[in-house]
Amino acid sequence: MMKDFKQSILVSIWFVFLTFPLMAVRVNTTEQVVEWRWMSMVWVAIATFSLSYAWRYLLARKQAKKNEEDISHGKLQLLMEDMGFRYKAMGLLLLLALIFPLVFDTYQNTIMISALIYVVLGLGLNISVGLAGLLDLGYVAFFAVGAYSYALLNHHFGIGFWSILPVGGIFGCLFGVILGFPILRLRGDYLAIVTLGFGMIIKVVLENWSDFTFGPSGIANIDKPGLFGMDMNIDSSTTYIYYIMIALVVFTILITNRLKNSRIGRAWIALREDEIACVAMGIDMARTKLSAYALGAFWAGMVGVLFAAKTTFINPASFTFMESAIILSIVVLGGMGSILGVILGAFILILLPEYLRAFSEYRMLAFGAAMVLMMIFRPQGIISNIRTKYEYKKLTEETEHG
Amino acid sequence: MAEKHKLLEVKGLTMDFGGLRAVDSVSLEVHEGEIAALIGPNGAGKTTFFNCVTGIYNPTKGDILLHPKGLPTRRLNGLKPNKVTEMGLARTFQNIRLFSDMTVLENVMIGRHCRTSAGIFRSIIRDKGVRKEEQEIVETSYQLLKKVGLAESANEFAKNLPYGAQRRLEIARAMATEPFLLLLDEPAAGMNPQETGDLDQLICKISEEEQIAILLIEHDMKLVMNISNPIYVMEYGKKIAEGSPQQIKDHPKVIEAYLGEETDA
Ligand SMILES: Nc1ncnc2c1ncn2[C@@H]1O[C@H](COP(=O)(O)OP(=O)(O)OP(=O)(O)O)[C@@H](O)[C@H]1O
Ligand SMILES: [Mg+2]
Repeated sequence: MMKDFKQSILVSIWFVFLTFPLMAVRVNTTEQVVEWRWMSMVWVAIATFSLSYAWRYLLARKQAKKNEEDISHGKLQLLMEDMGFRYKAMGLLLLLALIFPLVFDTYQNTIMISALIYVVLGLGLNISVGLAGLLDLGYVAFFAVGAYSYALLNHHFGIGFWSILPVGGIFGCLFGVILGFPILRLRGDYLAIVTLGFGMIIKVVLENWSDFTFGPSGIANIDKPGLFGMDMNIDSSTTYIYYIMIALVVFTILITNRLKNSRIGRAWIALREDEIACVAMGIDMARTKLSAYALGAFWAGMVGVLFAAKTTFINPASFTFMESAIILSIVVLGGMGSILGVILGAFILILLPEYLRAFSEYRMLAFGAAMVLMMIFRPQGIISNIRTKYEYKKLTEETEHG
Repeated sequence: MAEKHKLLEVKGLTMDFGGLRAVDSVSLEVHEGEIAALIGPNGAGKTTFFNCVTGIYNPTKGDILLHPKGLPTRRLNGLKPNKVTEMGLARTFQNIRLFSDMTVLENVMIGRHCRTSAGIFRSIIRDKGVRKEEQEIVETSYQLLKKVGLAESANEFAKNLPYGAQRRLEIARAMATEPFLLLLDEPAAGMNPQETGDLDQLICKISEEEQIAILLIEHDMKLVMNISNPIYVMEYGKKIAEGSPQQIKDHPKVIEAYLGEETDA
């Protein structure tokens, strides 16, 4: 403790020294005098001291915690393993989600819709990255496939939203398999580079294949989702999309949760944990990888359709690497493989910047800092690896003893 | 010996890594009911031999033939590891390869993968058959954990188990694939004498009660001499001797290559 204190004092003195010319000395050019701002020096000293001290304290605490018990047994973690609590919490959240548009205005609804879109994207990517451990830096490509399949089919043939919604998902799937095949044997850095390339290729194609995709100018006047041919104004159609989105999120959660706790899901996790042991235990690697890519891409394709319907205009600028990076950050921040974690991650990463518009200039800075801190203090994400407990009969055990 | 059914037959197996011949025309047989051992100094090529047999490497030369009882003979060369496992040949690893962020029970459940069938759609719908299959997976896995003495830790994360328990978990996981031949790569490595003794019993139990033949790599001579027969000895990729524990103990080449220090002491 004393050592940390001394270290922190040294750090603050060093910072005072470093920032002295910038913070303390100011030449007032109108009056030709030098102003000495001693107060700001004091502030610098206090700020750096407390930051440095807090930093050291947290690191020490993390170390201590690691030594005494496994980090994954935190309080939040145990709470999440309690099924009763989980169901109650989910019911409450769903209720809140359902009354949200009645309480808030269209602006809030729109923000919420985009957050929900990222929830679905996060959950989809969570299948390939979080569960199966297959890094994908080009995930936005599948999102683009979904969005463009709706935009084009709607533009050329006037097909409606509801018929394309599953088609978008299936196109996403197909592209997932197409991407999956060449990268079956790749791992780590190579996988990252190839998937990154795939994301880039899609964007370049969208921008340059003007006859088919209308190039950088994009496609406008895409139909909004219809409800029995009713005419809707902007407010009610936003509310409508909001509810569709809620339904889609619930659907995604249900399906991914079932998959995660199934024979297939366990195979994905095993593949993430140890590829060689996984195949040696009789799991077909190619099949498992392809299914993870395809099912991950399915959700992106589907929500892409909704995205196109919501904005009524799409162009390649919506599908940049930045989007892939954000979706990946959602998964990493939330906790690889954890459905609840990914939902939390999406809300934090999408809503916070929206509501903190005042600080929008520092957005990327804060984003980076948050990620770095996260990697140091909680590399497993907000919520990590909730244990599934299985029911098994202990009958035979008892009869043996009795 | 002659009347016993031959399960695994390896003929002239050779494995090259670039210029290095890690395994040099090694032949070996494992019969029904046997606990065979493969021993040899560090770097002799034992693990490489296992990797070839289980499909992790594709051998340069030689034949690996599997004769399952009541089924036609299969040549294993070039098959994917999961196919080999499906055929009834399971293994453990020298440097433990558990799924560390899965629970102990889930680790064993993975072993059931190739004996169960629920696909993506059925897993989503989760019909009655799938629910029954899931329950079957859980029960069988739990029973296996009991057999290796890990039932108490079923819900622990595998990474939190002590070393000896992790080795036993690997055995349980391999057994979950319903093998008729089990390959164990240094199952006693890093265990204390007490744990080694327990393992000794466990291996015998598996061999007798489950009718699983065993081929094991081991450095612990006491364990090998106690339970296994026949023993195959490798050095620098070549098989230098084979026979009963007594024959191996007295074999001049073996004494020179491997047991030399021990017999001196
Ligand atoms: N993938 C590989 N690529 C190149 N060389 C390899 C590879 N695997 C093993 N070798 C080499 O083959 C030789 C035999 O290794 P192997 O691991 O089979 O020995 P081992 O008998 O299992 O030894 P130990 O008792 O230490 O486990 C060694 O010289 C090793 O360096
Ligand atoms: Mg070895």
